[in-house]
Amino acid sequence: MSSATIDAAFGPRQFLRAQNRWRWTEIAFWLATLLPFVLTPDYLVLASQIAITGLFALSLDLILGFSGIISLGHAAYFGMGAYTAGLLSVWGWGEPLTGLLAAGVTAGLFGYLTSFIIARFRHLALIMITLGIGLLLQEAANSASFITGGFDGLQGIHTWPILNRFDFDLYGRTAYSYALVVLFLTFLVARRIIHSPFGLSLRGIRENGQRMPAIGAATRAHIRTIYTIAAVMAGIAGALLAQTTETVSLETLGFQRSADVLVMLILGGTGRLYGGPIGAIVYMVARDQFSGLNPQYWYFWIGLLLIAVVMFMPDGILGGLALALRRLTPRRAKD
Amino acid sequence: MPPVFGMLFDGIAYGMLLFLMSVGLSVTLGMMNFVNLAHCSFAMLGGYVAVTLMNAFGWPFLLTLPIAFLAAAAASVVLERVFFRRFYNAGELEQCLLTIGIVFVSIAGAAYIYGTDQQPVHLPPYLQGSIVFAGLDFAIYRLFLIGIALVITVVLIATVEATRFGAQVRAAVNNQRMARGLGIDVDRLFAITFALGSGLAGLGGALAIAMLGLDPSFALTYLIYVLIVVSVGGLGSVAGSFVAAMLLGVSDEAGKYYIPAFGSVLIYLVMMVVIMWRPAGLFGRR
Repeated sequence: MSSATIDAAFGPRQFLRAQNRWRWTEIAFWLATLLPFVLTPDYLVLASQIAITGLFALSLDLILGFSGIISLGHAAYFGMGAYTAGLLSVWGWGEPLTGLLAAGVTAGLFGYLTSFIIARFRHLALIMITLGIGLLLQEAANSASFITGGFDGLQGIHTWPILNRFDFDLYGRTAYSYALVVLFLTFLVARRIIHSPFGLSLRGIRENGQRMPAIGAATRAHIRTIYTIAAVMAGIAGALLAQTTETVSLETLGFQRSADVLVMLILGGTGRLYGGPIGAIVYMVARDQFSGLNPQYWYFWIGLLLIAVVMFMPDGILGGLALALRRLTPRRAKD
Repeated sequence: MPPVFGMLFDGIAYGMLLFLMSVGLSVTLGMMNFVNLAHCSFAMLGGYVAVTLMNAFGWPFLLTLPIAFLAAAAASVVLERVFFRRFYNAGELEQCLLTIGIVFVSIAGAAYIYGTDQQPVHLPPYLQGSIVFAGLDFAIYRLFLIGIALVITVVLIATVEATRFGAQVRAAVNNQRMARGLGIDVDRLFAITFALGSGLAGLGGALAIAMLGLDPSFALTYLIYVLIVVSVGGLGSVAGSFVAAMLLGVSDEAGKYYIPAFGSVLIYLVMMVVIMWRPAGLFGRR
């Protein structure tokens, strides 16, 4: 009997419950996101862009970090959301919350349709298919310039005040609050998903895609579900960008955006909920600081950084921190 | 010249370039499963080496071609020794990230040294103009391109099919562990194939300037085409790469010619359909 109680103490339910508990570092992180209002009120526009990109990186983390699906075309869903929200506004409906909802639904629908393809492939074929989806959608948007404005981007977006009360100001106060609230709510959803039995089986699929079906996990159905969820989140992030900047360009669908978000996620650390947001903060603050630099040279440093991260810090900033922490406190149990 | 023939001719010449630039990647990917997204950086290096030798040192065009080959091969050996070697057993994600980092660095390096403009190229007079044959006129440079690529294809296929080295390469592509077990030094074999493949990419890059132009974004723009050729043709298959490159070259030209409004949609669609139909590519064995 005693062995059963010991087992129960370390059983799956207890494990998940322990994972689900809020740590003080997490609470500190979310409190710190309020700091820009006080410390750097001139940079709230940048802060709102960081929050949006952080949300986008978080959505990529769900499929790449937690489920092991490498995507070089995740911007397809981001751009889909951005164009949905932008077009709604151009056509005369600039209400932001329903715009977000519509963008999430469209991107999610597209994600659901494509997930049937995604779930069937792995390795190089998967990389090529995600790349192909991204390129195809961008070419399609470029060709359909009578709707999307093509190369010039979508003109004439006007976002109405949120809840008819909070108008978007020049300083980005509303934009940042709006983006932050959406990021936080989406983060809660992602956190709940990851610390659920479903989230655990996703990690199982990442670790060994052949063994999971053997223990009865519906691998392909799981991949389809998480891919759709990630697409919805990416669509919401895209809609946020369209609504707060009131422009949408072809660049939102482009390979460059897919590659950038991948870099941020790797920088922050994959397979950790905070990897995406932290990578986005570091990457975008650095890019803002070096904005005088020619973009060509900016990519020189990004390239070097990528090589360095892959060679010396394979788990990103958060992984490096965790390792340092573990070395400093050798007797603490591994978390 | 009837437009269909012109389009076919241009498409084939374009396909030959794509073949030269991608065959090396196909073989090395098939052998080591190493996803080298920096392959087109070697092509770009070959292009810049040729341009520099011609414009700054006044070398004749033909003489720059072997140097472009050697430069790309040498650079690839260095990169393989320093970086790639450590990542053969890593996941695809790490390989992708490492090599895309190298692509970014190479693009920025090229922009720093040469600026972002298109590089001028001066073909010798005997490669300019066109000849008329059976009522059709052919651009001499494209004929020259097709000729070179065909010679290289024949040499490559003969090497892979009929020599001891080729047999070892085929063995390593088919089953790397078994090949090791039989005493084949796969690492050495891979280093040689890698250098040869990158050299061919460098040669392709040098030949491509007169047809596709050369600026720092070359390494990323044509990477996508090269990846399409490799994944459609099937990993490790020389013949597969050849067929896929021809298909891509001709369908790209046809798309631009007949349905310009759709841009590159056609080739991306063809690629996705082929990969969905046969994930290992047309000629892939796995």
